Amino acid sequence: MTRIAVLKTYKIYIGGQFPRTESGRYYTPFNKTGKPLANMCLSSRKDFREAVVAARNAFGGWSARAAFNRGQILYRIAEMLEGRKAQFIDELLQQGATKEQAENEVNISIDRLVYYAGWCDKYQQLFSAVNPVASSHFNFSVPEPTGVVSIIAPQQTSLLGLVSVIAPVIAGGNTCVVLASESKPLCAITFAEVINSSDVPGGVVNVLTGKVAELAKYFADHMDVNATIFCENDIDTKKLIQDKSALNVKRVFFYDDVKWNVADAENPYFILDTQEIKTTWHPIENIGGAKAGY
Amino acid sequence: MAKTKNNTLKLDFKMEYAPAPESKSSAKINSKYDLFINGKFEKPDSKKYFDAINPATEEKISTVAEANNNDVNKAVKAARNAYEKVWSKMPAKERAKYIFRIARMIQERARELAIIETMDGGKPIRESRDIDVPLAANHFFYYAGWADKLQYAFPNKKIESLGVAGQIIPWNFPLLMAAWKIAPALATGNTVVLKPAETTPLTALKLAEIIQESDLPPGVVNIITGAGATGAAIVNHPDINKIAFTGSTDVGKIIQRATAGTNKKVTLELGGKAANIIFDDAPLDQAVEGVINGIFFNQGHVCCAGSRLFVQESVYKIVLQKLKDRLETLIVADPLDKNTDIGAINSKQQMDNIHKYLKIGLAEGAEIYQTHCNLPKKGFFMKPTLFTNVAQSSRIVQEEIFGPVLTIQTFRTDDEVIEKANNTPYGLSAGVWTDKGSKIFNLTTKMRAGVIWANTFNKFDPTSPFGGYKESGFGREGGLHGLSAYLK
Repeated sequence: MTRIAVLKTYKIYIGGQFPRTESGRYYTPFNKTGKPLANMCLSSRKDFREAVVAARNAFGGWSARAAFNRGQILYRIAEMLEGRKAQFIDELLQQGATKEQAENEVNISIDRLVYYAGWCDKYQQLFSAVNPVASSHFNFSVPEPTGVVSIIAPQQTSLLGLVSVIAPVIAGGNTCVVLASESKPLCAITFAEVINSSDVPGGVVNVLTGKVAELAKYFADHMDVNATIFCENDIDTKKLIQDKSALNVKRVFFYDDVKWNVADAENPYFILDTQEIKTTWHPIENIGGAKAGY
Repeated sequence: MAKTKNNTLKLDFKMEYAPAPESKSSAKINSKYDLFINGKFEKPDSKKYFDAINPATEEKISTVAEANNNDVNKAVKAARNAYEKVWSKMPAKERAKYIFRIARMIQERARELAIIETMDGGKPIRESRDIDVPLAANHFFYYAGWADKLQYAFPNKKIESLGVAGQIIPWNFPLLMAAWKIAPALATGNTVVLKPAETTPLTALKLAEIIQESDLPPGVVNIITGAGATGAAIVNHPDINKIAFTGSTDVGKIIQRATAGTNKKVTLELGGKAANIIFDDAPLDQAVEGVINGIFFNQGHVCCAGSRLFVQESVYKIVLQKLKDRLETLIVADPLDKNTDIGAINSKQQMDNIHKYLKIGLAEGAEIYQTHCNLPKKGFFMKPTLFTNVAQSSRIVQEEIFGPVLTIQTFRTDDEVIEKANNTPYGLSAGVWTDKGSKIFNLTTKMRAGVIWANTFNKFDPTSPFGGYKESGFGREGGLHGLSAYLK
């Protein structure tokens, strides 16, 4: 008798835990041949709100980590992903990729994480400035994470798009709530397992599955979210997101013209998007007549 | 310990300053101003004009055109034409020279601009002369130099201007805000349609004259006057690529909503409710001076004003006494007088709004302290005001008053004050007063605000980026970081 395979239950990822959606709802995405992929959680507004609470709680600790430490953790995610390559390739195959496409997507995803791991303690130097003010003050500007970021991941890819939008956000010390690709959600939850085993504190990355049409509004109008990212060229949803984001002056970013599998889909300007520039002034005492010599 | 004499400085003797008014003679204000479109002053299609009032005397000092949709359209067309045919094609080095030229001409006419700024907006001449006008000139000078060096600011990035920028500025720093908007836009190769606030249009129109004299190609800068409807016409114009707005958070949200579904790039510099924090080890006299400057500079009409004072409990009594003493010495008088510390409230409407908040404060149970000075009989003047016994939840603590009103709270620990200071939807600025370096950096890194002043307050410089976190808006103005607001 052939062995019966153990099927995987895909749940969502909130605050470092894997609960089912509180709503008890599910949806079933299909592959190209019409075969059901899995019963995925159809996340609700309440799931999203709980994820935001988790992300906000995690923000203080994550943003205060040493940049070097964040870099190590991002690198650790890459290591874990490398180790579970086969599983991701398998899921990509199930979702309709060819073997070559699947391998390529996983490889680029791993490399992208390594790329941003390296940026964690460097972008600050690139985007900082000491400003030569005309008065007797020391004045400098540094980037700081904007806070909690809601992200609707690219819908056409299962893993690469997701990794490409999460990595710069968390490399910069933000925390996030991400909605996975609706039609290709498998890798997102498996990637959450990778994150869960990579020393990323619970709540830094929260992953939901569900319908963009249902959740986009809440991703944009939540008052405790500081920025929101949307990656589809869907004019109505873009308008909705911008409109709702005005409620608390959210920063809105559209990555709808980015091809995630090419080289310039990774650069530190993606990190800069979810940074705030803080400028600090302090007087310089200027009493004595002594000048610096030599 | 033996009882020591109370050696607090007492200023209870009567000593008046002799009047030292700045002469109005070197300021030329036309009786009527048209719209500056395509390098010429043109009569408005609306055929309507509104009065410019001196808030210190309530006298009419000019009349100014009100731009309607057709006027806005004309200005945008001129800006688009100038962008496509001239400005975007001009070598950056040449672009720079025009901006340098404008900077120099502002310097040359600094005195005239300062007087007009004070007459139009009510701010003390000392401030317009020493802060607003020089900073405006310096801002042009700073950004002029960037025009041909942009590639160095953004490594590995393609530098592309946006096109036509629609810019809407407030009434609290009229000329300076015009400089903050126009200078970086021009340096990065964009053309401009700028609307000054309806209560303070005159220095922007003087700037239009300067721009005309500078031979800047027609249409590169268009300056049109009007109220909210004119602003809305700019925001909603389909051929504008960028909206830059400085003003209230309420209007900022309306603009963010109005631009939804368009490809307009938006930057917003909005309201604030800055915490100014005094620790017990701070040099108290300096701190008190900084707090006074923080809230009463420009009558408190400052988005980054330090309007919430937090004093460590152990020094609360002495700080409060020093504040009251200092308050009594502030001169609230004719803004054109060089001795004046606090000038006129910008408009009747704003004065009513501040009075509304005074009533709210009293109704909430707060204790009020106002100076005993006499106010000028005419004009919109207000006594500098302190509120004690306020709660974190008080409306006067949570909402931006935009006037000479300071709320005072106390705290015990660093963590407590960080929590309280950040407990606001705003995040524009903050101040910290302490003698301990490591404490400064703990506080300055934990304040969720875009500009932090440590042992100083309300300092500005063209090289220093300015802008907010959270509901205080997004984007930066000033410095290298201010360039990206005008590039793709």
